[in-house]
Amino acid sequence: MDALFLNQLFNGASLASLYLLAALGLALSFGLMRVINMAHGEMLMLGGYLAWMTLLVVPGALGIVLAIPVAFIGAAAMGGLIQSTLIRRLSARPLDTLLATWGVSLILQQAARDLFGAIGVEVRAPDWLTGSFMIAGVTLPSARLFIILIAALVLGGLALLLLKTRIGLLVRAVNQDRMMASAVGIDVKRVDFTVFCLGSGVAGLAGVMLALLGPVTPNVGQSYIIPAFLVVVMGGLGSIVGTTASAIILGLFAALAQIFVDVSVAQMLLLVFVILFIQVRPQGVIAVKSRQLDA
Amino acid sequence: MPDLSRLNPAKPFLPWVLLALGIAAPFALSAYDLNLLARFMAMGILALGLVLIWGHGGILSLGQGVFFGLGGYAIALHMKLADLPQGEIPDFMVWSGRESLPFWWEPFASPAFTIAAILIVPTLVGALFSWAVFHRRVGGTYFALITQALALAFSTLIISRQDVTGGFNGLTDFYSIFGIGLASPGTGSMLYWVTLAILCAAFVGLRWLLASRFGILLRAARDGENRVRFLGYSPTPFKVVAFAIAAMLAGISGALFTLHAGVVSPALIGVVPSIEMVVWVAIGGRYSLAGAIVGALLVNLARDAVSSAFPELWLYLMGALFIFVVTLLPRGLAGLIKGKAA
Repeated sequence: MDALFLNQLFNGASLASLYLLAALGLALSFGLMRVINMAHGEMLMLGGYLAWMTLLVVPGALGIVLAIPVAFIGAAAMGGLIQSTLIRRLSARPLDTLLATWGVSLILQQAARDLFGAIGVEVRAPDWLTGSFMIAGVTLPSARLFIILIAALVLGGLALLLLKTRIGLLVRAVNQDRMMASAVGIDVKRVDFTVFCLGSGVAGLAGVMLALLGPVTPNVGQSYIIPAFLVVVMGGLGSIVGTTASAIILGLFAALAQIFVDVSVAQMLLLVFVILFIQVRPQGVIAVKSRQLDA
Repeated sequence: MPDLSRLNPAKPFLPWVLLALGIAAPFALSAYDLNLLARFMAMGILALGLVLIWGHGGILSLGQGVFFGLGGYAIALHMKLADLPQGEIPDFMVWSGRESLPFWWEPFASPAFTIAAILIVPTLVGALFSWAVFHRRVGGTYFALITQALALAFSTLIISRQDVTGGFNGLTDFYSIFGIGLASPGTGSMLYWVTLAILCAAFVGLRWLLASRFGILLRAARDGENRVRFLGYSPTPFKVVAFAIAAMLAGISGALFTLHAGVVSPALIGVVPSIEMVVWVAIGGRYSLAGAIVGALLVNLARDAVSSAFPELWLYLMGALFIFVVTLLPRGLAGLIKGKAA
């Protein structure tokens, strides 16, 4: 296999990691509440700016390690604010939620433009992230390896949380059958809120990763969020495994398509691929079996 | 949810008031203002299509800009070619180093082909696209997200094909349409009348359609898709036809807008403009045809007024409008006027 192919394979893996980090929160809350937060991309942006600010205060290698929890908490708080003030009020109106959160997204983008300028800010990655490894003629930039590592850690952590903790048990219960979960005394609203904060936090963390790759601009989230939406569409309702699989498929597809065509055609092909995919499996990669008709 | 399924048979005076204003406008407004009004009315045609699919079909499309763009680019291709001396190619192609016209530009030299393309291409694309999604019973939020991806892909594609589409700057500098000079006196008001007539025709046609059995089934599919299936209907054809009609209206709207504005560019058809189109209808009232026209006019007037003075304020305002209308006024201005009786 030639170096270009291997290079793109590696780029695809890091792209898939970003898609995954961006899509996990969307998929989790979509599974629970059937709503999509269009301002989710701005959680990436927020994470990026928080990383930049953290590095202003604490420069150097420690900064980036510190930036991760800061971005997580900041984005989670913003997500919680959006969920409790807006999304909760619009429950059972998924399309209206889409539009209202798009309004939030516009406001957040413009606010970032006014606060930090339209050009964007540059995060200087620490030295141990700027190098690269050479393996079999393929250059592996450390920053991208770091992103893949973080995505794997987040995924592992999330799986542990969902499968081994009490919170995870409650989340799975509400995911399976909301009414029944509510009937046996689970505070579904609190579960919604917790999951939303968690998902937004993960997106904020993804924002730190974006900051390592390029400048943080007011619309940095927009370029990743639409593929992340497609990941959710293809993943299957509320399934973490499905979301992961579809993020990997779409990340690899986008990167490998770029061997043959330019970025813009690759974007079109990505959409065509998703539409073709739902011809075969409209229920997504992984479908949770349910007897409900209107799932 | 209140009963929104019936069209409001009472108080049909609003459309007549609008029509009277529309007829009076050319005698009262300056040429500049008339041109602006004609642009906004062209957008009203697209808004009518959104009432059909979103209000009555429950299909939220965040990609109407694509169909608007297909119509707009079709007429722009024609006008670009019409103004050229025989054998030459548009200047932006020369600058990009092209030497000949791409083959798919050539048929647009014919006015008849252009008109057919404006009507057929968006309709066909809309029908195929929506069928591919709906026939596998994918809808709702998923459909909205897919349409947004379509808007992104379409506008990126146009931007990246600078040599044949004009790229980010789009196509502009038009001088004549079907042999009539755009700058000559009388053309502006003639185009205004054409736009008004098409808007009225679309309004009347949709009003009839929404009151017909088709409209009833469309609303039924919106409120209970599976119940409609149990009753023996397949909702897919209804949704596909509605979507195709909305796409056609969007295409016509784009073509007329391009005529009035003298430009078509990716900035008018991408992700953000496509969602802005939804806010016109959200504000006017998603269930009301007249409301949608009013919404398109008002939002665009406001945009024109606000964004020329404070460009950065407009995005805050639009974001706030989205939140406000959707949470507190889901039936838009039309809901306010009609009160609870609608």
